Amino acid sequence: MIEFKNIKKSFDGKDVLHGLDSKFLPGRTNLIIGSSGTGKSVLLKCMVGLLEPDEGSVLYDGRDFTHASRNVRRDIRRDIGMLFQGAALFDSKTVEQNVLFPLNVLTDMPKDEKLDRVNFVLKRVGLENVNQKMPSEISGGMKKRVGIARAIVNNSKYLYCDEPNSGLDPQTAILIDALIKEITEEFNITTVVVTHDMNSVMEHGDYIIYMYDGRKLWEGDNTQILDTTVPELQDFIFSSKLVRSMKKMENIK
Amino acid sequence: MHGIGRYFIFLGNLFIKREPANTYLKQIMEECIKVGIDSIIIVTIVSTFIGAVTCIQTAFNLVSPLIPRYVISLVVRDMTLLELAPTITAIVLAGKVGSNIAGELGTMRISEQVDALEVMGINSVSFLALPKIIACVIMFPMLVILAGFLAIMGGYLAGTLTGVITPQDYIYGIRADFQEFNVFFALIKSFAFAFLVSSISSFKGYNTSGGALEVGQSSTSAVTNSCIAILVADYLLAELLL
Ligand SMILES: Nc1ncnc2c1ncn2[C@@H]1O[C@H](COP(=O)(O)OP(=O)(O)OP(=O)(O)O)[C@@H](O)[C@H]1O
Ligand SMILES: [Mg+2]
Repeated sequence: MIEFKNIKKSFDGKDVLHGLDSKFLPGRTNLIIGSSGTGKSVLLKCMVGLLEPDEGSVLYDGRDFTHASRNVRRDIRRDIGMLFQGAALFDSKTVEQNVLFPLNVLTDMPKDEKLDRVNFVLKRVGLENVNQKMPSEISGGMKKRVGIARAIVNNSKYLYCDEPNSGLDPQTAILIDALIKEITEEFNITTVVVTHDMNSVMEHGDYIIYMYDGRKLWEGDNTQILDTTVPELQDFIFSSKLVRSMKKMENIK
Repeated sequence: MHGIGRYFIFLGNLFIKREPANTYLKQIMEECIKVGIDSIIIVTIVSTFIGAVTCIQTAFNLVSPLIPRYVISLVVRDMTLLELAPTITAIVLAGKVGSNIAGELGTMRISEQVDALEVMGINSVSFLALPKIIACVIMFPMLVILAGFLAIMGGYLAGTLTGVITPQDYIYGIRADFQEFNVFFALIKSFAFAFLVSSISSFKGYNTSGGALEVGQSSTSAVTNSCIAILVADYLLAELLL
């Protein structure tokens, strides 16, 4: 479980996050949605410690991460996997070396076991026979898959995904979303996904928080979101014609 | 001033909470190849010509018949060992290795690879920069030794081929009044320059933000700052040790 309390963050006097609280449960796909510039990425970075919040704290299964010592932080981080927006694969390493990397530096498993594990996760994300390819030689969707494999290879308990399906065609985007959801349920991971994509919201939103201007304006799941009365959220979700017609059909039913 | 303070914090981060040493061995080897072996050709060309030019110019300036000809090679030896081999090699390497380091780290930074390391709980500063710095500190002195040797060779070739000095005089000159300390001094300088070039370039690359344009700017400023640091350190070391 990931919990954060009263997270505040400002840059040069400009407040970006105005005190956010929430709780993300394991085995569920938790979504953070909101329009561009509302601080979703900043929140994610505060949660994994790439940025320090000015106030508030983030707890991983009750362990305070924000105010922890270096060593405790490092221990918690070994349980965190993250899929970056551009996948952030190490481009001087092959696919196999990329996925092997966390095992090499974080564990002292024997070599065979490591390779077995790498092949297992690569197979799990649907990639075979690309082990020796370089990141520049594979497609965007495949990079995302490798990124997911690398994020979960060390049996991560927490998985963060920053816009996992940006820049992908709708079909591949759906596959990646489904993969994240399956993995979350299969390994009981606490998954946090930042997304703009209404399709993933409707498909996989077990728990959704809607952010607007650094505040949490709404929370709930995908069965409740179309009935929201929050005007900002209505503007956000019904900006797409598709979702508007979905809502209409639901009303007719 | 602010930048210098951040540079020292960066240096501090190199050594705290780093990963166990064996994670670095393979990387250090790879970096040594990149820094050392891949720079041999450019160092060979530059130092041979520097030696040749020094020889010819010294000969050109020594017109008095009272001065023996072997002084030419003596001057070539002292100039190249003391100054030209370490400093020019370092400046050439600042251009080649420094821009390479800054470009590589800058690209890793903007494509979030540095963040990916941090999220895994790895101290990205030491993980990325330390192997490069160690490799430079190992390889620069070797390249400087090579450069010194080749510069004296270059002087020999230029001097004897153009006939300004006989081979016997040249050999006599490079052995006359030889001070071992000069070689030692050249090595001290090369260690200092290696550390400066690699750490400044790593610092510049690591602190890139933005996009491809900024990576280019980081590379440029890595090279210019390294060159300035080399010349300042050169002066300070000469003041301290000579
Ligand atoms: N390092 C930083 N320094 C200064 N301001 C920043 C920094 N990072 C983010 N901001 C500001 O914080 C605000 C929120 O940015 P953030 O990247 O979190 O938006 P986002 O919700 O992720 O948007 P998007 O959906 O476009 O990715 C923006 O106004 C941005 O300018
Ligand atoms: Mg973002």
